[in-house]
Amino acid sequence: MWRLCLLCLPAVWLIAASPARAYVAYISNEKGNTVSVIDTEKWVVTATIKVGQRPRGIEFTRDGNFVMVAVGDDDIIQVIDTKTRQIADTLPSGADPELFTQDAAGKILYVANENDNTVTVIDIAKRTRLGDIQVGVEPEGMMLSPDEKILICTSETTNMAHFIDTATRQVVANVLVDSRPRFAEFKHDGSELWVSSEIGGTVSIIDPAKHVVTGKVLFNIPGLRSEAIQPVGIGITKDDKTAFVALGPANRVAVVDARSRAVTKYLLVGQRVWHMAFTPDEKYLLVTNGVSNDVSVIDVAAQKVIKTIQVGELPWGVTISP
Amino acid sequence: MIRGLIGAIGLTVVAAQAFAADPLEIGIGYLRHAGVKSTLSLVEQPAANNGVAGALLAIEDNNTTGKFLNQHFTLTEVRLKQGDDPVKAASALADHDGFIITDLPADDLLKVSDALRDRGTVLFDAGSIDDRLREQDCRANVVHVAPTRSMLADALAQYLVWKQWKRWLLVVGSHDNDKLYADALRRSATRFGAKIVQERTFEDTGGARRTDSGVTLIQRQMPVFTQQAPAYDVLVAADESEVFASYLPYRTWDPRPVAGSAGLVPTSWDAAHDQWGAIQIQNRFVKLNSRHMTALDMQAWTAGRMVGEATSRTNSNDPKTVFNFIKGPDFSVAAFKGQRLTLRDWNLQLRQPILLADGRMVVSVSPQEGFLHQVSELDTLGVDRPETKCKLK
Repeated sequence: MWRLCLLCLPAVWLIAASPARAYVAYISNEKGNTVSVIDTEKWVVTATIKVGQRPRGIEFTRDGNFVMVAVGDDDIIQVIDTKTRQIADTLPSGADPELFTQDAAGKILYVANENDNTVTVIDIAKRTRLGDIQVGVEPEGMMLSPDEKILICTSETTNMAHFIDTATRQVVANVLVDSRPRFAEFKHDGSELWVSSEIGGTVSIIDPAKHVVTGKVLFNIPGLRSEAIQPVGIGITKDDKTAFVALGPANRVAVVDARSRAVTKYLLVGQRVWHMAFTPDEKYLLVTNGVSNDVSVIDVAAQKVIKTIQVGELPWGVTISP
Repeated sequence: MIRGLIGAIGLTVVAAQAFAADPLEIGIGYLRHAGVKSTLSLVEQPAANNGVAGALLAIEDNNTTGKFLNQHFTLTEVRLKQGDDPVKAASALADHDGFIITDLPADDLLKVSDALRDRGTVLFDAGSIDDRLREQDCRANVVHVAPTRSMLADALAQYLVWKQWKRWLLVVGSHDNDKLYADALRRSATRFGAKIVQERTFEDTGGARRTDSGVTLIQRQMPVFTQQAPAYDVLVAADESEVFASYLPYRTWDPRPVAGSAGLVPTSWDAAHDQWGAIQIQNRFVKLNSRHMTALDMQAWTAGRMVGEATSRTNSNDPKTVFNFIKGPDFSVAAFKGQRLTLRDWNLQLRQPILLADGRMVVSVSPQEGFLHQVSELDTLGVDRPETKCKLK
């Protein structure tokens, strides 16, 4: 049934453009096998939805009617109807789907399958697999360039960002980065690609046209051993001026001047901070804290943590309604 | 001498880019003795390809990466039979492989490293945990991927001390390796504030590990052996020779946990380890080898990946260039232990967290929280720079 709604998606998209203050955030709880729903006005959990085994990557569909969540140990992506808060459907992915990304039209989904070194391309409406792309060992981070011509996939053991031409579905370039690249994010103007390396402890900044690393964001927290600094999630504000980087077991989110690439502040959050999402009005940034089982809410303008919300076991990913 | 050429996996399948030039060939050798030691537990009996199976997975992983870089890895395994000369075999391997992973006893490894000293071949010790290879007998052409006995003992001691099980009854086997492990455990007890309340020796009087009515006998023997001990919290067994330790859990006179060579065991890897993405390598390993991954498999995989990591960063198959990178400040390798692994530059020992496993689950991972160090908390495990006897040359 939800497929029908997806067909009327462009119309919904236009109507929904008027700003709404209250949003809904969906959090995947990796160990709890649940998804927590948070009301961003009251900052409370309003529902907990049971899903499949090991939910991680999580995204709203573009129309906001559904939430897709990769349940890795069940080898599928489940689709939650946001009205009924029930699982309405599933999408076919490859083995052990982890992170995925979709095009702006909400038609095509690109899924990283950790277990078989492939990226699976899925037609969201038809629920069919359009093809697979061979990449490096343990693909994880997935991101489309703003012009949607290039898909980035990071592979954790190969330590590369693969550049995939979305038209031909061929790998056109590979850029080596530091150990265990986890996540990729473009600046909104498409001028830079940021890739976090969890074990390397850095964020590499790549020139997407030349396919070279032009710089790195380095982190140094006094009193904390460098091995504990493990960058994972990245969020860049729409004006491309400020980046937020989740530092895993360092229990901090780094605020980075996206031009000078210098860290301007470290925000203390919960334990093992992992992924993040902005509210569409960019007032707030939500980050998941895996070990302390909560979500920290950051006031983006003030660069301050204003709230902590308890969720399920091992919160991993977060997505916020459009 | 059995020789098998394994490799060329998957290279022909996908070519994302067409490379005009021939791929850069990187040969890795694997040298070890044929045959495996007998264990008390049947489920722990090592497979014939113990270790080399991990190296094979590293070759496969390296080749997946290599297809994007036009690099190709091969593995050549040599199994020494009784009477075979390890130096001769290593020299033959060095003719075509710039890197050799070894699973050899300390004396054999020293002979091989001295013989290959001027040839530029880099050796990766995946099999020997002897501290002396990193201390008075260290060699400049040997990288140690296996942890040392002192690292394993420290990892266990930190946990036992954290648990407040500070009074140890130490039971030591009668073989040389057992005594070395006991030395390491005594050192750890002193370092971390545990007390060995008494030491006992379990003499190996021979006898079969498999018998049809063994349990009855052991059930009488072990309580008697452990009775009349002073008050203690945990029995720590040093039995690398697999003579008695696995018989101790549930059979001690006093109801006490067992650690060391049985019960809670410090190890570089366990088939139950699933944190930090480890489930992915466990799955890949089982898919490739149809069995669980052992500590030796992991040590060999890590050695193979260290070569792969350095060749991808340097885009070179020259052993000297690759070795310099591995020894340099920018080198680190990811091995599913929750943090990067780096080399101790004073003796070329790989720093690594140590798992504490009970045979079914990973109970904890050391270093334990609160054991601090000015350089790396991983250096709270094993012999540290100020104490080292190693002079690399």
